[in-house]
Amino acid sequence: MAQPAQKENPSTAGLRPRDRLAIPPQPMPEQDPAARRRNFSEVALGYTAEQARQEATRCLRCRNKPCVAGCPVRIDIPAFIKAVAEGDCGAAIAVIKRNSLLPAICGRVCPQETQCQAPCTVGKSLKDTAKSVSIGRLERYVADLERARGIAPPPVKPDTGRRVAVVGSGPAGLVAAADVRREGHAVTIFEAFHKPGGVMVYGIPEFRLPKAIVQAEIDTLAAMGVELRTSFLVGRTRTLRDLMAKDGYEAVFVGAGAGLPRFMGVEGENLVGVLSANEYLTRVNLMGACNPVTADTPVMRSRRVAVVGGGNVAMDAARTAVRLGAESVHVVYRRTEAEMPARIEEVHHAHEEGVVFRLLQNPKRIVGGADGRVTGMECLRYRLGEPDRSGRPRPVAIEGSEFMLDVDTVIVAIGNAPNPLIKRTTAELKTNEWGGLLVDDKGMTSMPGVFAGGDIVLGSATVIEAMGQGRVAAAAINEYLEEKG
Amino acid sequence: MHRIVRKEQLSAEVFRLTVEAPLIAGERRPGQFIILQLGTYAERIPLTIADADPAAGNITLVFQVVGRTTHLLAELKEGDAIPVVLGPLGTPTHVAKYGTVAGVGGGIGAAPLYPIAQAMKRAGNRLIVVLGARRRELLILEDEMRTLADEMIVCTDDGSYGRKALVTGPLKELCARTPPPDLVVAIGPPVMMKFCAETTRPFGVRTVVSLNTIMVDGTGMCGGCRVTVGGETKFVCVDGPEFDGHKVDFDNMMSRLRSYREREEESHHKCHLALGIKEEE
Repeated sequence: MAQPAQKENPSTAGLRPRDRLAIPPQPMPEQDPAARRRNFSEVALGYTAEQARQEATRCLRCRNKPCVAGCPVRIDIPAFIKAVAEGDCGAAIAVIKRNSLLPAICGRVCPQETQCQAPCTVGKSLKDTAKSVSIGRLERYVADLERARGIAPPPVKPDTGRRVAVVGSGPAGLVAAADVRREGHAVTIFEAFHKPGGVMVYGIPEFRLPKAIVQAEIDTLAAMGVELRTSFLVGRTRTLRDLMAKDGYEAVFVGAGAGLPRFMGVEGENLVGVLSANEYLTRVNLMGACNPVTADTPVMRSRRVAVVGGGNVAMDAARTAVRLGAESVHVVYRRTEAEMPARIEEVHHAHEEGVVFRLLQNPKRIVGGADGRVTGMECLRYRLGEPDRSGRPRPVAIEGSEFMLDVDTVIVAIGNAPNPLIKRTTAELKTNEWGGLLVDDKGMTSMPGVFAGGDIVLGSATVIEAMGQGRVAAAAINEYLEEKG
Repeated sequence: MHRIVRKEQLSAEVFRLTVEAPLIAGERRPGQFIILQLGTYAERIPLTIADADPAAGNITLVFQVVGRTTHLLAELKEGDAIPVVLGPLGTPTHVAKYGTVAGVGGGIGAAPLYPIAQAMKRAGNRLIVVLGARRRELLILEDEMRTLADEMIVCTDDGSYGRKALVTGPLKELCARTPPPDLVVAIGPPVMMKFCAETTRPFGVRTVVSLNTIMVDGTGMCGGCRVTVGGETKFVCVDGPEFDGHKVDFDNMMSRLRSYREREEESHHKCHLALGIKEEE
């Protein structure tokens, strides 16, 4: 481990736990809600050096490190936080990068409140997980400092002459590509879109994850010698089989994501003005429709919007609609806020930006005018019943509670299914009942030499879980190539 | 980058480009399409692969100037490059020996029909082609179709060339023959396909249509292209573009095509002014 370049400020080094617990949690500086309703710039502005030091000093450095167990990729969190408290961000980033390749991204989009920050001893002592050490914000702080100084590409071993294909350039693919490339294998990433980054580029909006940050990570991969081929759809432009049999790729990592939008199956769902969150967000984020001067791709000019769903994607769509100038934006969710899968922070930001939450409500049908355009959404009211298989209370429709919501746009954000194209064009790949690729504990699919990870295996999951799977599969690919000889 | 190796003007509004795309040329099957893009923030538009030469590594695209992107495309010259060409996309045509296949192409629909007609002929079918357009100058690929077809019927709405008829006229006569065609493949403007399907329905003649809807990614991710087929939602980009014409909800499809009409009309008007193309009624 890197040695701290500088000792901790003597005034804080000897603090007792009681003193540390007394330091107030540092709030994240944010754009004013009224101002950000009209722009797509990042909402959270990042800690100052002093805030970061203060927040890092709150860490108790407890021996059992429950935060590490809460992190899907097991970052040595107390070690990096100690380095921040000591003002040594170089050491901090070195600690993080042993386990995570994309800290600037994870620091922004990880659901820390249910992962590393949930079991934090500080939060437990103060009886409020909102008062846990802000691990994500500190991770973001050190990653941003690193990027400002220029990210040093990780060392790459001498070329082995072996070739590995990575399908998809989302979080799973990027991590897998880096880890395989480090061993000296030639890596080509195949991306169907014209821009790399996967869901981090087409899905997550600029105000939550600036695209320049994703691009910096892609640039790092390019500096490592990873080849990137965009507008290349594996399965159609070339089959998986041909990549291996004819093009010399000895192993493949499939990280094609969960791109297939689910619809509700209610009446009126194909009316003009009903769209998937994928479509809405892709138009705005990837195709740049938020700026009609530079972009050709149009986006609905909506007045009253209903977003159906309670996940992060629903929050992203609702907050995007606000920024595009909608008069009112309603999130319609059939349970209560407590059951929402979205991050607390995103829900909080949506509230601040004026999104109306219509809880315990769900669409029954969508109605349209003679021109086929949406004029309203009929909803039913719900109550919470007994817990279902997921452990969450089952939403139960209240008979006769129908009412009409006056909207001209309905955005469906009820989840995505794994991308079906690879499976459809590769008969050898086995899938589960949800269409996810079946893999063993090392990430290998039913087809020898083909590994998979991220949402194409998990369904809709998080960036960090995808990265974790990319890392596991990359290690297995490196081992596979070695054994294959 | 995909270099344009040949550019031809087929009619006042229709152009044919031969474009370098070796991988797509090798993989494409009849019925498939590509998505192209002229810049990072340019629109993604689907275009049928009208033909391909795998040996030369080229594909052929035929398009009508209808909006901003097709207008810009029409301004490109031989030697220029198209930055993004993604494909081949969509499920290929089910090619088999049906017996007699009648291909009906309306206007620009002749372009997607051509590779299907080629494949149906090669599969040993007797091929009848009905080619129609509003007027003579808008008729395309007549010579190419003639070399393929065992029987050829050309018609124009205004009678300026061939029979004065809508394509549904000759189509109905074909269906009334004994025996009727074993399969009809009708491709053209949505309203034409709708009426072709209505024409063949009473005769029980199987009718395949190829739909061209609004798309963003073209790979199954946005669902903007969804249509109602037999009461079920289907994605044109991955489940199609070809569907059973008797099951497609054309009215819903046509209203969905007008989703962004205001914006499109604006740019269409500007483009036509710039190209010197006169607006139709």
